[in-house]
Amino acid sequence: MSSSTDWPLWEVFVRSRRGLSHTHAGSLHAPDAEMALRNARDLYTRRSEGVSIWVVPSTEITASSPDEKDSFFEPAGDKPYRHPTFYEIPDGVKHL
Amino acid sequence: MAAVTADQTTQSTSGTAKAAGRAAGTAPDAADAARLAVFEAAVAADDRIEPRDWMPEAYRATLVRQMAQHAHSEIIGMQPEANWITRAPSLRRKAILMAKVQDEAGHGLYLYSAAETLGTSREELLDKLHAGRQRYSSIFNYPTLTWADVGAIGWLVDGAAITNQVPLCRCSYGPYARAMVRICKEESFHQRQGYELLLALSRGTEAQHAMAQDAVDRWWWPSLMMFGPPDDASSHSEQSMAWKIKRHSNDELRQRFVDICVPQAEALGLTLPDPDLRWNEERGQHDFGAIDWTEFQEVLKGNGPCNEQRITQRRRAHEEGAWVRDAAAAYAAKHTTPSTRTAQPAQHVEETA
Repeated sequence: MSSSTDWPLWEVFVRSRRGLSHTHAGSLHAPDAEMALRNARDLYTRRSEGVSIWVVPSTEITASSPDEKDSFFEPAGDKPYRHPTFYEIPDGVKHL
Repeated sequence: MAAVTADQTTQSTSGTAKAAGRAAGTAPDAADAARLAVFEAAVAADDRIEPRDWMPEAYRATLVRQMAQHAHSEIIGMQPEANWITRAPSLRRKAILMAKVQDEAGHGLYLYSAAETLGTSREELLDKLHAGRQRYSSIFNYPTLTWADVGAIGWLVDGAAITNQVPLCRCSYGPYARAMVRICKEESFHQRQGYELLLALSRGTEAQHAMAQDAVDRWWWPSLMMFGPPDDASSHSEQSMAWKIKRHSNDELRQRFVDICVPQAEALGLTLPDPDLRWNEERGQHDFGAIDWTEFQEVLKGNGPCNEQRITQRRRAHEEGAWVRDAAAAYAAKHTTPSTRTAQPAQHVEETA
């Protein structure tokens, strides 16, 4: 009989209420998707924290590398003109 | 950018066909009535409807139509402005304009993705755009004749779009509302860069000032038309308001936009081309002149100055990009290991969202 640590790891995403996106809550081990969902309910929504849960096998997530963080996100760094505060608007002009 | 007027399209979508399929074989009206009651209670309570919730087919079809039109407007809207990238007067202005056009592409992608949560596909939506079965905002059928048009679009067209879109952040359909929050946040720079551009021209030489004024003269009325037909002639408005897809009527938003623009125009040192525009003390709002709805209908019918050019360019871009999509798919197929290929049956988007 396998221990629970042999079970695959699942990432859990919880929607706290309608209108908001699912956000990452944490992870857990479970033998299959159905069990992962039930366990996620018991583990992450014991106080009614959610109205909807997604579980995703951790191995299915492709993540950017922390080592490459600087070069990966660097292209946006020198483009301050993407922000509204870059532009000078005369005092007193509203709704811009 | 992109004007959403729920009113500009009339075509229904694939939702109807699906409705028929789904309805066949399901329990009779009692179950539907119960589900409808749950849906209506959620809308009444200002709750959001999420992709896996049951929703009336007409609600789904209306959303697909509106979100598709909105997405199409974003990507068609890249054309009139991209027209000026190579001729921007400085590197600063060029970088800004590229960033803006890039944002419009991004906004289109947010909206296509949100529309896909309703069970339609990107391919289907693009096909309908290319076939002329779904529309985009009529504003993009006007040409950008001078550099000042880039400023006028940012100030007026994006300004009208923002007036339209801010209430959509509270739209009853969750994925659409969330996409709009992102878009509105990014839209702010679009409007400000346009205003700043016009201000620079307005305060420049006599010729530059005249160029700015000319652009505002040409874009003012089409911008007012972006809010859609007057309320009494707007076919979809009432139902969309009841479903809380729309929160304010076309005329209400148009009035709000006019009231915002008048002092902004003054600060620019430019005039708005409407002799009837004046403050109405009694109403606490501006009165303004009659809009030429014949022109609006003509542009909608395809007879605007650039309708043909825009859709031809869109089709060409799609066709000329085919090899890139094919190459990416071929590369992915070659580098996908057999195990991942079998482990991931394509799930329908509705099942996961």
